Amino acid sequence: MTPLIMRQGRLAPWLYLLPALFIMLIFIVYPTLNTIYLSFLDASSSQSAATNCVPGDSCWGAFENYHYALTNPDMVTALRNNALWLLVMVPGTVIGGLVFAVLADRVRYESLAKSIIFMPMAISFIGAGIIWRFVYYIETGSGEQIGLLNAVLVALGAPPQAFLSNPAINNFALMLVGVWLWAGFCMTILSAAIKGLSAEVLEAARVDGASEWQLFFRIMLPLILPTVTVVITTMVINVLKIFDIVFVMTGGNYGTEVIANRMFKLIVTDTGRSMAIAVILIILTIPIMIINIRRFRQQEAIR
Amino acid sequence: MKPLAGLNRFLSRLPLHLAVIGMCLLWIIPTLGLFVTSFRSREDVRTSGWWTIARAQEMTGQAEYETYCAACHGNDGSALATANLADPEIVARYPRSNRLLAMLRQDVDGGPHLVGPTLPEDPNQALEVLSPILTRMQILSGGGESAARFSLRNYADALVGYKGTQDYLTDCEQGIASSLAKFECNASDLLNPEGMGQAFLNTVFVTVPATILPILFAALAAYAFAWLDFRGRQWMFALLVGLQIIPLQMTLVPISRLYVQLGIQNTFFGIWLFHTGFGLPYAIYLMRNFIGSLPREIFESAYLDGATHWTAFRKLVLPLSLPAIASLGIFQFLWVWNDFLVAKIFLNAHPVLTVQVTNLIDPRGGNWHILTGAAFLSFLIPMIVFFAFQRYFVRGLLAGSVKG
Repeated sequence: MTPLIMRQGRLAPWLYLLPALFIMLIFIVYPTLNTIYLSFLDASSSQSAATNCVPGDSCWGAFENYHYALTNPDMVTALRNNALWLLVMVPGTVIGGLVFAVLADRVRYESLAKSIIFMPMAISFIGAGIIWRFVYYIETGSGEQIGLLNAVLVALGAPPQAFLSNPAINNFALMLVGVWLWAGFCMTILSAAIKGLSAEVLEAARVDGASEWQLFFRIMLPLILPTVTVVITTMVINVLKIFDIVFVMTGGNYGTEVIANRMFKLIVTDTGRSMAIAVILIILTIPIMIINIRRFRQQEAIR
Repeated sequence: MKPLAGLNRFLSRLPLHLAVIGMCLLWIIPTLGLFVTSFRSREDVRTSGWWTIARAQEMTGQAEYETYCAACHGNDGSALATANLADPEIVARYPRSNRLLAMLRQDVDGGPHLVGPTLPEDPNQALEVLSPILTRMQILSGGGESAARFSLRNYADALVGYKGTQDYLTDCEQGIASSLAKFECNASDLLNPEGMGQAFLNTVFVTVPATILPILFAALAAYAFAWLDFRGRQWMFALLVGLQIIPLQMTLVPISRLYVQLGIQNTFFGIWLFHTGFGLPYAIYLMRNFIGSLPREIFESAYLDGATHWTAFRKLVLPLSLPAIASLGIFQFLWVWNDFLVAKIFLNAHPVLTVQVTNLIDPRGGNWHILTGAAFLSFLIPMIVFFAFQRYFVRGLLAGSVKG
């Protein structure tokens, strides 16, 4: 797109850009660079991170905070958990959202149904955390189970489960909350893509005798694939940054630690290490950033 | 034939309906549980699941009452003239079962209160027995029952941040001074810094400017990106696309140190600026795409008529991009309103709703009644905004992530 070139001073564009650029410079660019710098310093940001080295152990010199961030047992758990979150929550939200978008497309109460699935997007992660803490609540005393899930288990004759403190299941319990929160986002975007498909193409396929399954896998899915990619990349970013759910539901205890929560915990007590974790977080998002910019370039070329 | 065909059609579509409705139910039940619970009394919340409210209440506590009380007080509670359990005034003295327990542990007429079976020694087990009996007494005394089961008392507790033994309204009525040390029992309690009332005001005070400022700056920058020519236009905008996904966590420490130096840590001004900074990349991106798609002709004719950029911006761009501004406004509004991390770090001294809710969490799970009320208070405005302007919200979402 070529801009309209009215007689303009050399200065005019910058007057419009200045407030935004100035604020972004201070609040995004400067702190990002500063964070990288701080990640090479010690807990109080006064000396090199090398002073964190324990004599006798292996030492990464100025990269000692990264040594910690990649080998400390809590961080290993966090990295493993984030990977698990990616593996479960991204397919969970995208497939869940897609299935619901396709199904809801065929019923008359579509908009109501979609509003219900979308509703969690309106509330805070903190609020969602409380809603689900209540669902997962376990009464360990003699009283009745007042948490819905454990009441169901007891009614079925099973023993109640400590969903949030049992390391075998608690990560999945948290991911379920994530799916509950984000499936609506995926559903909305995918639903719009499905609605944008040409009705004639779908009708022609039906007339040619394609089954609904074939229609979905052979025609719909390939056509909306670009949108699916967008949704997946967005979800990958969201999952990498996942914090609030874990913070409010388990505080990262019982083996549910994630990168962002680990970073938050160390932010005051050990800034250097905390910043190294933040840098790792941004390194993980760089591939997505590149994909996004590349896609943007392609779109600009078509415009 | 026709009704049969209709039935066939219905049956063949039944799995579809079951799937859609089933998923909707799964999605809504957790929230519903919290909502129902927020109206129940502490006693009810502690002893029974929220889904039991539909169960017939007439029989509650019947068995326990017959075991312990019926022999003396009679089946309808009115056998003893001096201790009429069907008298609402007497029942009102025992808002919670621990009061009842304390009274029962005292002697009556020179002997133990309970002449038949005795209560379990363990106070918690005794309370398990007394809770249904208390409910029974409330039912026997009539009238008060439904009022006691569902009320806004939890909301009152949450609004003023009350953590006493009973609920705020009851303690105020009875003037229980020990629990009311920090409370006046008038409207000024709504501003108690530990309550959701003050937190609500804080959230509003954070959210409104933090929604308007980024949109304003973004509109200006977007106009330049869309219709003005300057060096670096392309790569700067590509950079902006990249900046959108910088994790907020990256910036917390440097900014908070900067704020301490500037003396704006824990000020509203500081958090407005932060949200503006982080809202801008997405806002500019969305606004530029919208403003850039406005028809070129209107700008050309405006310029021919001698309009300056500033006039074109104010008279053409701003009014025409109202749909985009609405989408963006709702987006940013919900984001800031629901934010926890930024408020926790930069405004901890003035807790906003999300921060205040976490302050109320009792790790042992003993205060669900207040927590549920508090959580719903924090949902109220975003829910209204969301359902009223869902269309714009969706549009903003789509514009940002798909159209490009």
